[in-house]
Amino acid sequence: MLSSLPSIVGFVRPDIDWHAVAPELTLLGVGAVVTLLDIVLLERGRAYTSALAGIGLLVALIPIVTLAADGTTREMFGGAFVVDDFALILKAMFIVVAYIVVLLSTNYIAEGDYWENEYYGLLLASVMGMVLMASARDLVTIFVALELLSIPAYLMAAWRKADPRSNEAGLKYYLMGVFASAIMLYGMSLLFGLAGDTRLSVISDAVSGGDANPVVILGIIFVIVGFAFKVSGFPFHTWAPDTYEGAPTPVTAFLAVASKAAGFVALMQLVHAGFPGRDDVYQPLLWILAVGSMTAGNLIALRQENIVRLMAYSGVSQAGFMLAPLAVAGDIGGEALSAVIIYVLIYAAMNLGAFAVIIAVARRTASGQIRSYAGLFKYAPGMTILMTIFLFSLAGIPPLGGWFAKFAVFRAVVEADTGWGYSLAAIAAVNSVIALFYYAKVARMMWFEDAPEEADTSTLRVPPSLVAALGLTAAATLLFGIYPAAITHFTEGTLIALPY
Amino acid sequence: MGEFLNDWGLSIPTFLPIIGAAVMLLIPKDREHLHKLIALATTLAVAVFGLLLLIQFIDNDNYGALNFVVDKGWIDVIDSRYIMGVDGISLPLMLLTMLIVPLCVIYSWNHFPEPHNPKAFLILLLILETGMIGTFAAQDLILFFVFFEVVLLPMYFMIGVWGGENRRYAAIKFFLFTLFGSALMLVSFLALFFLADANTFDMRLLPEAAAGIAKSSQVWVFGGMFLGFGIKVPMFPFHTWLPDAHTEAPTVGSVILAAVLLKLGTYGFVRIAIPILPEAAAEWAPFIGLLAVVGIIYGALGCLAQRDLKRLVAFSSVAHMGFVMLGIATLTDFGINAAVFGMVAHGLITGMLFFLAGSVKERYHTLDMSRLGGLLVQAPRMGWILGFCAMASLGLPGLAGFWGEFPAILASYNPAEVLAEETFRSYMVIAALGTVLAAGYLLWMLQKTAFGNPREEFANDPHVRDATVSEYLAWAPLLILILVLGVYPHLLFGATDPAVVNSLSECLDSVTSGTCFDAAAGK
Repeated sequence: MLSSLPSIVGFVRPDIDWHAVAPELTLLGVGAVVTLLDIVLLERGRAYTSALAGIGLLVALIPIVTLAADGTTREMFGGAFVVDDFALILKAMFIVVAYIVVLLSTNYIAEGDYWENEYYGLLLASVMGMVLMASARDLVTIFVALELLSIPAYLMAAWRKADPRSNEAGLKYYLMGVFASAIMLYGMSLLFGLAGDTRLSVISDAVSGGDANPVVILGIIFVIVGFAFKVSGFPFHTWAPDTYEGAPTPVTAFLAVASKAAGFVALMQLVHAGFPGRDDVYQPLLWILAVGSMTAGNLIALRQENIVRLMAYSGVSQAGFMLAPLAVAGDIGGEALSAVIIYVLIYAAMNLGAFAVIIAVARRTASGQIRSYAGLFKYAPGMTILMTIFLFSLAGIPPLGGWFAKFAVFRAVVEADTGWGYSLAAIAAVNSVIALFYYAKVARMMWFEDAPEEADTSTLRVPPSLVAALGLTAAATLLFGIYPAAITHFTEGTLIALPY
Repeated sequence: MGEFLNDWGLSIPTFLPIIGAAVMLLIPKDREHLHKLIALATTLAVAVFGLLLLIQFIDNDNYGALNFVVDKGWIDVIDSRYIMGVDGISLPLMLLTMLIVPLCVIYSWNHFPEPHNPKAFLILLLILETGMIGTFAAQDLILFFVFFEVVLLPMYFMIGVWGGENRRYAAIKFFLFTLFGSALMLVSFLALFFLADANTFDMRLLPEAAAGIAKSSQVWVFGGMFLGFGIKVPMFPFHTWLPDAHTEAPTVGSVILAAVLLKLGTYGFVRIAIPILPEAAAEWAPFIGLLAVVGIIYGALGCLAQRDLKRLVAFSSVAHMGFVMLGIATLTDFGINAAVFGMVAHGLITGMLFFLAGSVKERYHTLDMSRLGGLLVQAPRMGWILGFCAMASLGLPGLAGFWGEFPAILASYNPAEVLAEETFRSYMVIAALGTVLAAGYLLWMLQKTAFGNPREEFANDPHVRDATVSEYLAWAPLLILILVLGVYPHLLFGATDPAVVNSLSECLDSVTSGTCFDAAAGK
């Protein structure tokens, strides 16, 4: 009877390339095991969940490596799901980032007596959404991936249930996120109405052509604005500082790095595969977003007293830098994607590192105030040196990784050889100086000031999982800075496989 | 040996300090003596290496071309390569660096500034050395940029942690000013990369490849570099970071700033901006010359208004770097030779003056010149050394300072043909006036500090003693060099001249043959 089903409903199962979806399936499997463990072992399972989640993430790297070794571009569902170099690099990044977030969370979640199984289950679900996003070349797939990665994140932001600020963080994030989704969905519906298909390749053909069809323009603007929320670009960044401050710090790190990167992944795909013919629409829009984000983010960051809020605004400014190459993507093509990916990868390393230090220091000071970093050099010199590396890397000082990220952006916008590009380069240059000021403010606190009298200045003890996270991120930050070929090796050539 | 030096001669001294710093990082903080020994051994090893390089350099007998060239892949995707090499322009500056750093270690041996911590201080010093040597050796714009920036962080911390009362302000001001310049400089480098005929960052190829760039673009690109290098020099009106940084920095920091860091800016003009974009340089030169002479006069007047000895020396740096920039702005090989000589001389002399200011501060716990006096009575040897350095600084013939200032003034009598003679001759008159002012403020400084009788408050102060062994050790090489270079300047001019002529050949020969700059002017 089952065999006659297709003839009745007219449904034929599309071919599934199991190898291509193996990373997603692995994550799904690990998430299921984590949940089952909780059901079977109850309290006794708690101690193992973080280790299990970590190992599961590393296992999910295996199919990515084999897919990369295989090297062929795989397409499924009529081009809605594509595994190419672009997807593989970013999938690998999401998984490694998630692994570091697990390392950051281990002690935080266990000692805070939060719900560990649910936490790691949700984290894995969110990562699965991100990994899916890297392959999504279809509006519906992009939307599903976005919701899959966002909804667990809304919950995780409110994880410190007893703290009203965490509740506020989750609620704010949720409301703004849903609002953004709605705008984006409206834009998508316009584009779908026009193209009659949800695949980016078809939409690309439909929207190209010089006519100023307002529906096209509106559709493109709405979709991009929707993702501007996700990447916390100005003026759609207002949720970020409150959410970052209220959420558990490991979750903040996850939002600041992985969730933001996922937004950029979608933007890159849309700009490069979806609207390549309409750079007249998206370039000015992204130019404004880039300039606004880097400038406003920086200026507001100057006045912050709380380290996490500082990182939130610095993240807005960094998002501006990441948007910059996309604002000239029509002029330089795939180079823009390389620049953004380089930036996102290096940013992930240094930003996660900075959050790792923040978590480690907060274990002592129980405070997010920048003032609480006073005199850190005296009692935690190692932590101080690491934080200095991450902060000045974020500021883009050679030979730390950030310089190459900034360099890639400068290179992309100058390569465009247009007035828009050069002005963007000049504004970015000025902004990288402003940014230094607030990063240096934290460094000054740690190095130049003395610890307050009443502070506990015995040697700071850091749990092994945090040490591992710090080691990984610091090594990556230094490696990318001194030998950038370690990263450019992966970002060379055509990354997104275009169907034409 | 020659083979080895040709392959490794530049990479080893560049990265040896970093290795030393890494070793020190692993040793606990309280083993201070060991830290000092490691730092001394590392910097001395680098200095010995510098000596070997010098011998081999003389042996190669090819001062004009790049020696010890290394060319290896680094960041292929952006066509940036690991290219190192030195010629007669960069070698003197590199050797100056290799000399100054061990002297700084020796000088600070027994008196590390508060809050002590020799481990961190010396590690920063070693990182600084890597950055400085690397900048003079790099022959790839991106590599140059990286080394150029590497010096920022250690200097920032050196000023901020070990500096004077106003150190936080001075440290961040230094950092922000320099970073602002270098960010725009990087944009210029990139524009150069994309606009030039060959997409390359190789400094050896760029002069030719950049010739095809439209002049209007050249002027903009040069503008970016002008900001980057001009802030570092520092030229008026970007000089405001310098008095603060110098005054607040610990002695060793001031010495390094004066002796080497400022030279990174002028070196950038000589090595990068002018050879690669000669046409734009010709457009900018009158403006640069103007700022240079304004700097000379402003620096001198600033000196006369100071009460603080260290701040006075800092303002005198502004004036002296004005002479260097004036020499560069003439765009003649004569002027640029003078500029390179001026850089080395200023490094030796002002470095010495900052050492002395540090020692005075240590003895009197003040640098307020109205409270000082009678150094010749209380510490006669130090007093004489101060007198000697003041003479050298005001450009007394027979000492090194003379050969930096006098030829620069002379060169502006007869600038490159494309430049307006009247303009530069009036600059010459103003600059000459500046030397008179220099004599004025330096003699006034000497009168205030060295002459007369000690003030009552210090008359019987046991802290005021004559120079110590570590001070003698640190100062002797500098003093000898000031004298030797003053008596026999050919030692340096002999090395710089072929390199200047060669690296600037295409366009600077035109001063005599009248080809390039005239062609440029005709465009």
